[in-house]
Amino acid sequence: MIIAEQKAFEEIEKRLAPFTRVLVLGCKGCVTVCSAGGAKEVGILATALKLARAEHGLPIDVRELTVERQCDPEYLEPVAVKAGDAQVILSMACGAGVQLTAERVLKLPVLPAVNTVFIGVAEKAGTYAERCQACGDCKLAATGGICPVARCSKSIMNGPCGGSTRGKCEISSDVPCGWQLIIDRLEALGRMDLYDEIMDEADWSTSRDGGPRRIVREELE
Amino acid sequence: MRLEYPHGVRIVRLPCTGKTDVRTLLETFLAGADGVMVIGCLEGECHYIRGNIKARARVARTRKILDETRIGGERLRMYNLSASQAQRFAEAVNEMTDTVRAMGPSPLARHRALGAATPSAPPGDEG
Repeated sequence: MIIAEQKAFEEIEKRLAPFTRVLVLGCKGCVTVCSAGGAKEVGILATALKLARAEHGLPIDVRELTVERQCDPEYLEPVAVKAGDAQVILSMACGAGVQLTAERVLKLPVLPAVNTVFIGVAEKAGTYAERCQACGDCKLAATGGICPVARCSKSIMNGPCGGSTRGKCEISSDVPCGWQLIIDRLEALGRMDLYDEIMDEADWSTSRDGGPRRIVREELE
Repeated sequence: MRLEYPHGVRIVRLPCTGKTDVRTLLETFLAGADGVMVIGCLEGECHYIRGNIKARARVARTRKILDETRIGGERLRMYNLSASQAQRFAEAVNEMTDTVRAMGPSPLARHRALGAATPSAPPGDEG
């Protein structure tokens, strides 16, 4: 899922300073699962905004709405109506959700309440870790299901590099060496033959080097 | 035992402090509370195993939000007491009351007294 975390409250409050009627818009997708922007977080942020404004002795009308997904136009259709006379939408979705909401609700500014951080997993409740960088050319079949792009700090295709020490990456002793993980996994699978094959250099044109990406599937239109 | 504690304290019963949630705690301040105590069972003695541990984490998060909103995180505290600690309960309430008295009324109360604050409408519909 996409992992996000709430922006510093101070930043959100500053951006909302000119407004007195705000719609806090949550998303029931990834940000609900990673507890960054679902209905519960919408309620907490909305209440915090009311408290902060009341602390100044100033009024604010905060409405709450959480839609199924902000990255899908059909769920955004009712938002403009439900926003009523709100002056601004504070979106708690990922960057994709914020942008589609802005595209669909043209009459209102849409501000982000979270920072979209990575594509990752929940290692346990409250702990999230990066696993994928959406490079567009999945290499997991050759690396025992551990991604050299996302898990190696240098994203090298044939590792480990000289910075790997006792299974840790040179950037931090808290970061496992991605290539050590790959080797350990291939050994456990009895597939070190895969490690012996030299991987080709990565073609980054399928990643961000190729500009904004788009997929069109005509059979779904 | 006839122990005394300040009369301004209102008690809200929960089946377990694990029922505590951040929004509800924040709303008590929006409703005008000057201070809030969350009193759970002793750690390690929760009937629901981890209710009071979860409450501790939620109280910590709420205190952070109270600081960010300038209400003051010190206005919220968690205590762990068993049902047999009446003396300690009275002491804790007195301690909390002293802390809140020293801090003065909540900033919201100050504005309300001046007639400036306009509490916002209740939350709208969801989904």
